[in-house]
Amino acid sequence: MGGRDATMVLLDENGIRCDGRKVDEPRRIMIKAGGLKNADGSAYIEFGDNKILVGVFGPRDVHPKHMSNTDTGILRVRYHMEPFSVGERKNPAPSRREVEISKVIKEALEPAVMLEKFPRTAVDVFIEVLQADGGTRCAALSAASVALADAGIPMRDMVAACASGKVADTIVLDVNNEEDQAGQADMPIGYMPSLEKITLLQLDGVLTPEEYKKCVDVGVHGCKIVYDIQKKALKDKYFGKGDD
Amino acid sequence: MATISVIDELKRTQILELLEQGKRVDGRALDEPREISIETNAIPKANGSARVFLGDTEVVCGVKIQPDRPFPDTGDKGLFICTAELLPLSHPTVETGPPQPHVVELARVVDRGIRESHMVDVSQLVIEKDKSVIGVFADNVVVDYDGNLFDACSYASTAALLTSKTPKWNWVDDKPTLVEGGESALPVSTIPVSVTMAKIGNHIVVDPNGDEWASMDSRITITTDSDGNICALQKGGSDGFTQDEINQCGEISVKVGAKIREKLKEVQKDSQ
Repeated sequence: MGGRDATMVLLDENGIRCDGRKVDEPRRIMIKAGGLKNADGSAYIEFGDNKILVGVFGPRDVHPKHMSNTDTGILRVRYHMEPFSVGERKNPAPSRREVEISKVIKEALEPAVMLEKFPRTAVDVFIEVLQADGGTRCAALSAASVALADAGIPMRDMVAACASGKVADTIVLDVNNEEDQAGQADMPIGYMPSLEKITLLQLDGVLTPEEYKKCVDVGVHGCKIVYDIQKKALKDKYFGKGDD
Repeated sequence: MATISVIDELKRTQILELLEQGKRVDGRALDEPREISIETNAIPKANGSARVFLGDTEVVCGVKIQPDRPFPDTGDKGLFICTAELLPLSHPTVETGPPQPHVVELARVVDRGIRESHMVDVSQLVIEKDKSVIGVFADNVVVDYDGNLFDACSYASTAALLTSKTPKWNWVDDKPTLVEGGESALPVSTIPVSVTMAKIGNHIVVDPNGDEWASMDSRITITTDSDGNICALQKGGSDGFTQDEINQCGEISVKVGAKIREKLKEVQKDSQ
């Protein structure tokens, strides 16, 4: 949002970024499937310093009845940030940014969920950002996919998400908060690796047509890394020993 | 416009059948936008304005320029804010009340395309650093709906900004004071052009009209600047794109955007 004048060193002469990562290295990602007792499915993700909790309910009756669809189920997504999740206290009322992100995440998940199997019902996805540090929509989308799977909702694939971007004239994977503020471009990508389909794509910042293609490529690669971690989270809960 | 009626289902079948033969419902080529007509200075009380028809979609944009307080962290930059609203007279399904998510998205995508291109040079819009800056507000109202509001609002905003005159204020006695006759053109560095494409079945069409909009599986809006670089993008709708399609859409947006930019350049020239 704010100024984009680079005062810190975003990329040093050895190709190391401001948080010590290489250009093609994502932040530390930890996903845990389940955890919430009342939700039908849930997931918790730590993506760098992002901490996000997702709860899924449904398929269940649609509350304002006129929203229901006789042909298919509907997906409803609320992305919400806690007032304490960012530097300066955020007003708890949903902002225009949160309304847009909710919509974009909903449309990224819809191709994956077999809603047509549940006409007249709703699947509700509640995303709560407990701590935000750049790239929350990708982390939230990745966790939401795991939570939907945890809820046992039939899916065609999981959506994995990761951002790529341009920092110090270089295309990098997984833009963090500092890089987003001071960098040149940020491209969040949501991708279904088994179906090879991009379901979330946004960009702000200037890219040449060549950089644009490379950015999509790097981002898709990042999504595949996230995908493996998503699958591991589900395996750990349902087949694994469980490390907690 | 999210409601799907029986009529829309029938139209979708027809649209898909035509696309299989490489044709569109209104006879356009797949990468051909509708006729764009731009009338500038439509609202003389605004500092800049445009009334834009994109086929049968009609949008009015008015630019208001006035002194404002800067954001605390950017005291050396003016403000640029772009909004969009669907008026209840634009379509029978539009209701009054707080904006629906799709309208919030519309406004934010139009704003982002222009903002990220750095079209308005906000560094030149400072009256007194950290105290007073010039705010540029481009407000779009959709008057008549026939699909693709993203591009219609984007062209209206861009045309209005290109023809805007900014008054001059001096910092006198701790407040901004208008300088009579100090008007000049708004400092503009590039011409952003957004190109929205719909994916219907496996076909990609530029500038979907209302029927195509109701029939599409997903959409993508890509904004390019005068250098032919891509500066903003938004995917929407309930299906995905393959990586090849994303690359193809990027190329279409540069090519189609360049033609539309010529039209906007004429608008700018005529106003000088």
